[in-house]
Amino acid sequence: MAQIQPRTSGRKAVRYGIPAGVAGIAALTIGLVPALADSGAPDLPKISTKELLAKMAASDTQQMSGTVKVSTDLGLPELPGVGGSGGKQGGGLFGGGPQGDGERDGGHGGKGSVADPQQKLMELASGEHTLRVAADGPDKQRVSVVEDTSEFSFIHNGDEVWTYDSGSDAAFHAQAPKGAAGEHGKDGKDGKDGKKGEHGKGHGGAPGAGIGDVTPQKAAEQVLKASEDSTSVTVDGTAKVAGRDAYQLLVKPKGAPHSTVDSVRIAVDAENGTPLKFTLVPKDGGKPAVDVAYTKVDFGKPEAGTFDFTPPKGTDVTEAGPRGEHAKPDKGEMSKRFKELKKLEKNGEPGEFGKHFKGEKSEKGAGPGFTGLDTLGKGWGAVAEIDAPGGAAGGLPGASASGKGGGSQQGDKFLDSFTEKAKGEFGTGRVFHTRLVNALMTDDGKVYVGAVTKEGLIKAADAAAK
Amino acid sequence: MSRADLIGEGVPAVDGEAYTTYGTSDGSPGSVDRDGRTGGRRASGLLRSELLTTFRRWRTVALLGVLAVIPVLVGIAVKIETADGGQGGGGGGQGPAFISQITNNGLFLVFTSLAATLPFFLPMAVGVIAGDSVAGEANAGTLRYLLVAPAGRTRLLLVKYASTMVFCLVATLVVAGFALAAGAALFPVGEVTLLSGTTVSFGEGLLRALAIAVAVAVSLTGLAALGLFVSTLTNSGIAAMAATVGLLLMVQIVDTVPQLHAVQPYLFPHYWLSFADLLRDPVYWDELVRNLGLQALYTAVFGSAAWARLTSRDITA
Repeated sequence: MAQIQPRTSGRKAVRYGIPAGVAGIAALTIGLVPALADSGAPDLPKISTKELLAKMAASDTQQMSGTVKVSTDLGLPELPGVGGSGGKQGGGLFGGGPQGDGERDGGHGGKGSVADPQQKLMELASGEHTLRVAADGPDKQRVSVVEDTSEFSFIHNGDEVWTYDSGSDAAFHAQAPKGAAGEHGKDGKDGKDGKKGEHGKGHGGAPGAGIGDVTPQKAAEQVLKASEDSTSVTVDGTAKVAGRDAYQLLVKPKGAPHSTVDSVRIAVDAENGTPLKFTLVPKDGGKPAVDVAYTKVDFGKPEAGTFDFTPPKGTDVTEAGPRGEHAKPDKGEMSKRFKELKKLEKNGEPGEFGKHFKGEKSEKGAGPGFTGLDTLGKGWGAVAEIDAPGGAAGGLPGASASGKGGGSQQGDKFLDSFTEKAKGEFGTGRVFHTRLVNALMTDDGKVYVGAVTKEGLIKAADAAAK
Repeated sequence: MSRADLIGEGVPAVDGEAYTTYGTSDGSPGSVDRDGRTGGRRASGLLRSELLTTFRRWRTVALLGVLAVIPVLVGIAVKIETADGGQGGGGGGQGPAFISQITNNGLFLVFTSLAATLPFFLPMAVGVIAGDSVAGEANAGTLRYLLVAPAGRTRLLLVKYASTMVFCLVATLVVAGFALAAGAALFPVGEVTLLSGTTVSFGEGLLRALAIAVAVAVSLTGLAALGLFVSTLTNSGIAAMAATVGLLLMVQIVDTVPQLHAVQPYLFPHYWLSFADLLRDPVYWDELVRNLGLQALYTAVFGSAAWARLTSRDITA
């Protein structure tokens, strides 16, 4: 019975010190290592803004692969009506959290099993997502959205475009329009975009064009298209992104008092001029509204097999129509509308980044078929004017749900849960508010959308009404 | 250790048989030591007898039986559901992960079953085994006899932890094995389309399935260490099992509350589903590595805490 009592009594405290020590060291490591890793601002030779911009323009990164972390906090309210996820008045209860499951489930429920790239893009507009990207020249790209136990892949190889959603085991196939990449080159003013366009999904209308645009490069490209007199661009220190040294470019809107954008920060690889990180801070402060950054990047040639895709046996494959549009009529309508918005971008409007989100918003919000698109103002303060003939209420997401709910009082209550009333010379309407993009829907059926504050929208609407 | 359990479960017939392994049979710690053999041999003898007692117990067999039935049930359910040519899982990514791919490839039943059992069933089984490991001995009054045999408390603890880890692996392999058999019997098997859309041969698919089984087993080691620590705190086997399983449930619930997202990366089940990353092409290592680190951390903290407790307490039972 020698061991009934421990051999080493009285050293209890020492023994318990071991687990406590291990836990303490772990806590310290968790707390300190990321802080140390982030604080390293590398020592790089001074560079002027012009030189840096020239470097970015000259950069011709054709081959690369990496992991991109996208976190967006646009302050989108929860919309219980979208996708029929139930809860007609639940908006007030569950509103707020941008990552709410309601929105995601709603998205899934609404679309069934079709691997719809635009749907995916909408999902990216809230919360945190991990993307894996690979590119080999203008004809081969792959973007995969990494999810818990599934993955959404967008694969462009030559003139084939595939999307595959492993969660629902559904694929979508389309022929990329000929010369898509070339067209993309054209839309940049002096062709430099063509060179940079390693993600040139072809703005000419390849389905899924949107989802390929969620990279730091794309985002940077959009912002820097803005003309010089409306934007101030300066070099602001250095940073380390994905283990690489980078210069930071600070972009601020100039002469646009109503813009919701405070500043945009772009980290540019010091070696090859590729944008590695893109952060957009809205005027209301707090967390960045958009933060897109590489966490891992490799400028080597990706494996050729990366861009091959054969749909597995038994997978639902949705074939695109002859002109690269979705087979289903309502989807076709949607993609047409999406293209219309893309066209708007092509007109060389600065401050385009926001319009991606505008595009989403309109898709989400507008009823079938709005007829006119007009742009008011220029630069960061630009506001898009859309005619929605069905009346503003018809354009509001979830309005149908409120209709089902019975009286208009209930409908009003429902609208109040995510919009606020606005008044001006234009008449009356409702403002749909997010941190970055606001939309004003007037009672006479016009929708004004822009990355501007509520006041800015009302001013634009007033000006338009005159 | 087994005596009390068996009495508790009302299976006294096996009582004597299961319990003879310490001390008397050839290669047992006592006799080996007297012969002056090496410590390594001694430990392996102790481990062997520990494994024998664990796996001969009716409770263990029943747990493994339940784990074996789950994949077969899932397979049959999916088969019936899709008998009229419909698509499994109803599309839209509902139900357990990977369930919509089962009809195309039986191998996916392995992944579905692991994804379905990992949140509660597998860890519950591990919690039962780990929680009982030391407390069960104390409860049965056999702990002091184990310590009389000059095995040493540290070595006893290591052996207990090793046998729990073996159980983690065996339980996972049981699920995976039965799922593979059921999947191959009910559905076509062949080339595997990974989550990223790339296609690999069936052989590589099998290899990946094996890697996933190992990853899942490793995912459970943190909980095993936690259970072992709880087990050293009490003399009641049932209390230790209940506490371990209760802790598991609590942590799983905390892991789903969005408001607590700040602590979630440090909860042991947080990265459990990262095994799915082995099915990407190329494999996405970030979360797998994080899971590995987290399990190692839990093992280190609670393993050493269990050691501190067991080596410094008075063993009266």
